[in-house]
Amino acid sequence: MDIFLQQIVNGVTLGSIYALVALGYTMVYGIIGLINFAHGDVVMVGALTAFTVITGLLGAGAGLPVGAVVALGLAAAILVCTTLAFGIERVAYRPLRRAARLAPLITAIGVSIVLQNTAMMIWGRNYLRFPELWQSRRFVIAGASITSMQVAIVLVSVAVMALLLLMIHYTKLGTAMRATAQNPEVAGLMGININTAISIAFVIGAALAAAAGFMVMAYYQVAHYHMGFILGLKAFTAAVLGGIGNLGGAMLGGLLLGVVEALGAGYIGDLTFGFLGSNYQDVFAFFVLILVLIFRPLGLLGERAGDRA
Amino acid sequence: MLLELAGLEVAYGGIKAVKGIDLAVEKGELVCLIGANGAGKTTTLKAICGLTVPRAGHVRYAGEDITGMPSYQLVARGLAMVPEGRGIFRQLTVEENLVMGAFIRGDRPAVRRDLEHVFEIFPRLAERRAQSGGTLSGGEQQMLAIGRALMSRPRLLLLDEPSMGLAPLLVGRIFETVREIAKGGVTILLIEQNARLALEISTRGYVMESGRIALAGRATDLLADPKVREAYLGEAT
Repeated sequence: MDIFLQQIVNGVTLGSIYALVALGYTMVYGIIGLINFAHGDVVMVGALTAFTVITGLLGAGAGLPVGAVVALGLAAAILVCTTLAFGIERVAYRPLRRAARLAPLITAIGVSIVLQNTAMMIWGRNYLRFPELWQSRRFVIAGASITSMQVAIVLVSVAVMALLLLMIHYTKLGTAMRATAQNPEVAGLMGININTAISIAFVIGAALAAAAGFMVMAYYQVAHYHMGFILGLKAFTAAVLGGIGNLGGAMLGGLLLGVVEALGAGYIGDLTFGFLGSNYQDVFAFFVLILVLIFRPLGLLGERAGDRA
Repeated sequence: MLLELAGLEVAYGGIKAVKGIDLAVEKGELVCLIGANGAGKTTTLKAICGLTVPRAGHVRYAGEDITGMPSYQLVARGLAMVPEGRGIFRQLTVEENLVMGAFIRGDRPAVRRDLEHVFEIFPRLAERRAQSGGTLSGGEQQMLAIGRALMSRPRLLLLDEPSMGLAPLLVGRIFETVREIAKGGVTILLIEQNARLALEISTRGYVMESGRIALAGRATDLLADPKVREAYLGEAT
């Protein structure tokens, strides 16, 4: 097997999930300048909600086709996550809209802790094993093995992202959201309710997070109350890598980070003569974050000074 | 009375920027509010359109008290503003900027027609319709800001310093357009440091000095007033 190609395949799969989550960070940052550290935990809530609904329905033996069970689980996850994110913005962030920047940032970390602990009380502290829903098929292309699961994850992510880009760039609502991100005061003068635009950014980000949470759980076949933490940090890194506030950047950053991480994990043993193993995979994401912050703090596609909104 | 300010006071922290002013604009009028830099003109305008909350006094528009009403609710009532510094959405194209001006309108075919109408008034914008707003020159941005405000089909247009930072030739063109818009039936409240130009196109004027209305009257009378001539038109008396 070709390690290089194989790791590219794995990296693109993981990267498209990072990209979905990174979009949530970047949309919220673009519109209110807040790094929403609770976003990773919204992903976790999405995964665990889907877990409960899907295993519940399968266990009840209602005889529903697997596709319908997955659709219901995903719908429940999206509903819970969007409601949650809408509520978080209303309760925790909106009252701090005019406060110093540090206040909402610390609040976001607080929300993250609250979400993790609440999830721990609901779902327990053990790793939950998610069943294999379909017999995953395996293709071998040019020495790399690709599973049908990986193909599905990449295709769904790309489709969702394409829809989002179309919405943001070609509808009146999307244009209004870009206008609000660029100049909220003037957007208000146009008749745009800024609070609504901000809520929509949170809700869209949460819907993407729910989808990402479900996919990452299905991919690794495991869910856990703490799973959103590292995933969130990596997606945040991806958003910074692409240029935070920039939608295309979040997508590019997510994919790149996934690939860098997979290649790093694949070769770290060789590079360190067996001293470090692939369990050091997580190091690469944060190494990338440090390099970006030192050499190109605006990110790959970032245009403006980072200090806005 | 379309717009009426009564005893309007605005303060930033402890500093009073507007110290109780009365001002009225009748339907169909072109009224200017002139005064030196820092006299409180822009603050007055911000208080009218909900960008700052007055400490005291009232803003009445078309018979309704709109004091402190959030700005996004005003466009639907026919009140549009061209903000200080133009407030172009820099990363949106010229056309998208204009479409945002018509955000609250649902009548798409009519919006398309108004878009073409704005392009007729400002052919320069038509040439640059797919360009992003940030790439326009200052004069073009001013045209875009005015065109964008017109896209909401306003009854009352508030203009904040349309001459700011523009070459004299362009200023003349912009003011000519403002006069045309007024002729077309839009009531206008114009805020301007360039007192002569503003008074020349206005029906009435108010002169603001350190947060108060110092003088008010017909534009022709103000243009002839020795105090105005000395302080604002740069003439020795």
